[in-house]
Amino acid sequence: MKFAIQINEGPYQHQASDSAYFFTKAALEKGHEVFRVFFYHDGVNNASRLTTPPQDDRNVVARWAELAEQHDLDMVVCVAAAQRRGMVDEGEMQRNGKDATNIDPRFRISGLGQLVEAAIQSDRLVVFGD
Amino acid sequence: MSETIKQFLYLNRKAPYGTIYAWESLEVVLIGAAFDQDVSLAFMDDGVYQLTKGQDTAGVGMKNFSATYAALGDYEVKKIYVEKESLAERGLSLDDLQHLVWEDEDDDWAEKDSIKLVSREEMTAVMDGADVVFSF
Repeated sequence: MKFAIQINEGPYQHQASDSAYFFTKAALEKGHEVFRVFFYHDGVNNASRLTTPPQDDRNVVARWAELAEQHDLDMVVCVAAAQRRGMVDEGEMQRNGKDATNIDPRFRISGLGQLVEAAIQSDRLVVFGD
Repeated sequence: MSETIKQFLYLNRKAPYGTIYAWESLEVVLIGAAFDQDVSLAFMDDGVYQLTKGQDTAGVGMKNFSATYAALGDYEVKKIYVEKESLAERGLSLDDLQHLVWEDEDDDWAEKDSIKLVSREEMTAVMDGADVVFSF
């Protein structure tokens, strides 16, 4: 089966990202396809490479990045939601005249059309959030 | 943009200004309109407050986006389901909601009501009929 995953909540505050991670990992290990993971609302905060959790806790961002590396996963952060919340990549830094970036390179910033396209192309859209 | 036509249902459950879900849901609806899918919106629980008329956000200092709902007809959104029980539980009725319409080009651009009140049971059928449920 082909899945699209939507994550609506940030790391640590909510379990949504953890649940989505375990779901995505299990689906991939069972041989399913994950067309795209789309981060929306506060979910965009899952893409911050500056996240520094205590050493005895899981690293939510690094975990996503590793999974993406292993499975060539397409992880997209909504641009409008990212701009509101200060998630910045190189392109956004240039466009909006910011002085830094904070996004992990395994994620990419793009538009909401990527979510709609993922929903059309996939057999199931699975939403993780409140 | 795409040859596949799916039944899209945007499910709105939250009040308009306490969190950003309502506004960011509406942004998906507006962008999604370009994909020519068969779109429905559903409002239940505190989500019914999103459609109330006379919203005034001056006190909370937030952007009042309620006028956007009136533009949904121009985005080919013709089916807006509102759950009766959610309205009743909050002391609301159809009269408290904006009058949302769409123009039927096959009927000399007559304005037709977009909002359809449905029972909780009927809402389950609406959800069941959708290929994709965007839950906000």
